[in-house]
Amino acid sequence: MNLNKLIEMANQIGRYHAALPDRAEALTGTAMHIRRFWEPRMRRELLAHIDATGGEGLEPIVIEAIGANRAELQPAQ
Amino acid sequence: MTTIPINTRTDVDYGTPLPTSTETITLSIDGVDVTVPKGSSVMRAAATAGVMVPKLCATDSLKSFGSCRLCLVEIDGRKGYPASCTTPVEAGMQVRTQSKKLGDLRRGVMELYISDHPLDCLTCSANGDCELQDMAGAVGLREVRYGYEGENHLDAKKDTSNPYFEFDPAKCIVCQRCVRACEEVQGTFALTVDGRGFASKISPGQMESFMESECVSCGACVQACPTATLIEKTVVDAGTPDYDVVTTCAYCGVGCSFKAEMKGREVVRMTPYKDGMANHGHSCVKGRFAWGYATHKDRITTPMIRKKITDPWTPVSWDEAITYAASEFKRLQSQYGRGSVGAISSSRCTNEETYLMQKLVRAAFGNNNIDTCARVCHSPTGFGLKTTLGESAGTQNFDSVQHADVIVVIGANPTDGHPVFASAMKRRIREGAKLIVIDPRRTDIVRSPHIEASHHLQLRPGTNVAVLNALAHVIVTEGLADDAFALARCEPASYAQWKDFVSKPENSPEALEAETWVPASVVRGAARLYASGGNAAIYYGLGVTEHSQGSTAVLGIANLAMATGNLGRPGVGVNPLRGQNNVQGSCDMGSFPHELPGYRHVLDDSVRALFEGRWNVSLEKEPGLRIPNMFDAALDGSFKGLYLEGEDIAQSDPDTTHVTAALEAMECIVVQDLFLNETAKFAHVFLPGSSFLEKNGTFTNAERRISRVRKVMEPVAGKEDWQVTVALANALGYPMHYNHPSEIMDEIASLTPTFTGVSYARIEELGSIQWPCNDAAPEGTPVMHEQQFVRGKGKFVPTQYVPTTEKVNRKYPLILTTGRILSQYNVGAQTRRTSNVEWHNEDRLEIHPHDAEERGIHEGDQVSVTSRAGETSLRAHITDRVQPGIVYTTFHHPESGANVITTENSDWATNCPEYKVTAVQVSPALKGSEWQERFQSFTSEQLGHLERAVGVRSPKP
Ligand code: SF4
Ligand code: SF4
Ligand code: SF4
Ligand code: FES
Repeated sequence: MNLNKLIEMANQIGRYHAALPDRAEALTGTAMHIRRFWEPRMRRELLAHIDATGGEGLEPIVIEAIGANRAELQPAQ
Repeated sequence: MTTIPINTRTDVDYGTPLPTSTETITLSIDGVDVTVPKGSSVMRAAATAGVMVPKLCATDSLKSFGSCRLCLVEIDGRKGYPASCTTPVEAGMQVRTQSKKLGDLRRGVMELYISDHPLDCLTCSANGDCELQDMAGAVGLREVRYGYEGENHLDAKKDTSNPYFEFDPAKCIVCQRCVRACEEVQGTFALTVDGRGFASKISPGQMESFMESECVSCGACVQACPTATLIEKTVVDAGTPDYDVVTTCAYCGVGCSFKAEMKGREVVRMTPYKDGMANHGHSCVKGRFAWGYATHKDRITTPMIRKKITDPWTPVSWDEAITYAASEFKRLQSQYGRGSVGAISSSRCTNEETYLMQKLVRAAFGNNNIDTCARVCHSPTGFGLKTTLGESAGTQNFDSVQHADVIVVIGANPTDGHPVFASAMKRRIREGAKLIVIDPRRTDIVRSPHIEASHHLQLRPGTNVAVLNALAHVIVTEGLADDAFALARCEPASYAQWKDFVSKPENSPEALEAETWVPASVVRGAARLYASGGNAAIYYGLGVTEHSQGSTAVLGIANLAMATGNLGRPGVGVNPLRGQNNVQGSCDMGSFPHELPGYRHVLDDSVRALFEGRWNVSLEKEPGLRIPNMFDAALDGSFKGLYLEGEDIAQSDPDTTHVTAALEAMECIVVQDLFLNETAKFAHVFLPGSSFLEKNGTFTNAERRISRVRKVMEPVAGKEDWQVTVALANALGYPMHYNHPSEIMDEIASLTPTFTGVSYARIEELGSIQWPCNDAAPEGTPVMHEQQFVRGKGKFVPTQYVPTTEKVNRKYPLILTTGRILSQYNVGAQTRRTSNVEWHNEDRLEIHPHDAEERGIHEGDQVSVTSRAGETSLRAHITDRVQPGIVYTTFHHPESGANVITTENSDWATNCPEYKVTAVQVSPALKGSEWQERFQSFTSEQLGHLERAVGVRSPKP
């Protein structure tokens, strides 16, 4: 996949949710959107990027949301 | 063998329209009592009793006019002989339609008409289909006492300028049905009556020809004309039809019902079907006239295969093509993994076809890599409406607009994109409904004869969400919200949260003015009108969805409707205008990679279990790739095979260079289509498709109406599209057994709660069905969310405005936005192969005079358009329809390369591309762009490969 594009897509999702007044809802919303709509290849590559770089280029809300929901997001191998 | 269904309905012309009153009146017609709605004419009452009073100027699609005096009757207690078409019924009336005196009077009238009419009935094209002829017979006219020596119209000149119908004034009886049809039914006001009395003449515009006039070729006047004056050229050529079959237009999301009028196995004409609930007997130029592509010489009629796209095609048998495709898909899956193949279906496919496509992917490929072209148009609608209201569909039927007091059109151009619905909308506006338009361009609906928008919010492309927030801000802070509705019907906490959000000062129209370009006073005026003008209905199109915040904008629209109580009854609602005919249906059928039919997520174990039980296979629970993700996966080498039906991604999807690179990176592309479209030029297997005239199935229009598509001729290549998918599934080792598409619909109904009451038999009975149709709503559901929302309580969602990253700068100072035009349909593969090209034979770039002058661009100049994604060239059209800073084009012709310049930016929630905002520079150009040169040479190379295979003559690229 194209990593830059995945980063931008994840950031867009994060930016949308960041505006929700309830922070917990925003975090779960971000992670679950990725869980429900991203094919495993895409999730895997984004997670690998976070593992390798700590999430370079990603908005803080995305890194936090993924960190909190890591198990859910990890596709089965 | 094709079985031609018998039509159960008869087309009775009642002479005057059915009144809306629920009160009834009983009267006597020729001694027989008849009960009709109050407001009916005596003529209509008589027809209801089975008595057809002779008539010429009356027809039930038009208000009565009373000019021909043929419909005279006698009424007890009344003097003289009133015209039955203009006389309203009264209780106890005693009407006589036949008497010696009436007969004499009617013959006298007919005699006058006939004396100025050529008597060449036997050789006239309308022989047997002419009301004048019928009436002469009905009144028993035997002789004409007036000679032809007097002044007459018989040498008037024919106007054949319109490619589809001709106008022969010599045969005109000046009944003005055409003029009234153009005004009342179509709303274009293109025809006028010139002169008075005997000298009066019908003419388009100011004595112009039809093609020079404002006429949009909808055919309403031709339909209304009782004589051969206005007649379809196909009827002139082929003669009057012998029988007809009711079917559904295969173009836009209005889903008009048509009679395919046939002679043998050939279509003579398509006429709009009066009992069609979406169109009530009206049509537009596409459905009415542009069906000739079905028999165009470019149709590919044999399956073909090739190893590489640089090879010529080899024509093969169906078996060989299907076996080859299946073996390739299997090879790819064993080599690169189960997820390395997928499919894309189209909104141009029937419900049954799209259902089978997703079933093939899920059951035979064993993954969820199925997507549909709704990805690139209305996927945000699905997301937004499901989140807020609980169902991914428009809330109303089309007729609901007749009860609207305020109509809001956002990012839609209905007169071009959804013409028949636009006519209905315009009728309501002429009756007094107020109009608000939110669109960067001054579209026709903003100002046209007898229509003027109260407010036009001419926003900067990309700022929909800001404008919606500003509207919400005014509604909430000025106390215009319907708290009672919102609190009773929606989640109170979400309502409170949303009110806080929109009330923030940064969401005020004043604060956002600089961003949106819309004056705050205009926003305030529009918000007040929407919230307090009575029933308010929102209609929106791709100008809302095709943005980086497309889904947010749909949420914002739903919020507005909930906050003002504009949901759950006729006249209100949230109504997506769907681009192609079966956008709604293809989404309903589980064509998205995360959803099974009925919008149920693949993660849901119980839903998967239901389908696993019925399909006898275990299903993948991870969502699949969406169209843009497929391209990226193809470029990284993990996605290798694609099966496409009816979809031309190489032309319709954004950033063409990226798309074609992805296509080139794949090893097996199977295209099922009518023509060698742009994508097929990159394909390895070509499976010839069948047109809507050649197959059975159903389409679901924008109002959730399921209508039948009926086969009137054999498929040119021998297989209906659903049969091809069945054959491919079988070859892949997943058996499918269906004898008829009705069995596919039965399967859909058994698995989808909103469809349980749907079957072909039931559609036959009811004419068409609006889902949900089940035990709770056995006849279907015209208006949704009446008692409560599908999700229970409606959910308000805050909609933070996030500007797109596609920004203008010094290098790309203009914003390009794209759209469509009346005469052409989507990628144009069909309409470009009809005479519709006479209206639009190239895509042009609209540019404001100020921007043109700054760049030294004149009308018609070739200009280059450059964006971050690519460069193309078009001819310029200078117009103030667009504002300074904005340019606009259509995307109907592949060589225009409109999508070479659109970028891959997309909606945050659904990846729906941001077609509507691209930063560009425009400059004079001497020749086509480099892309266009490559396109030309690639096209001629590919046509060469085709010609060598099947000897098909090269079409224009
Ligand atoms: S063209 Fe046809 S409909 Fe129009 S006035 Fe003449 S006869 Fe009537
Ligand atoms: S074809 Fe339609 S638009 Fe043209 S003159 Fe007839 S009614 Fe009017
Ligand atoms: S294109 Fe649309 S409006 Fe025109 S006839 Fe077909 S369905 Fe109706
Ligand atoms: S039909 Fe009644 S006046 Fe013509």
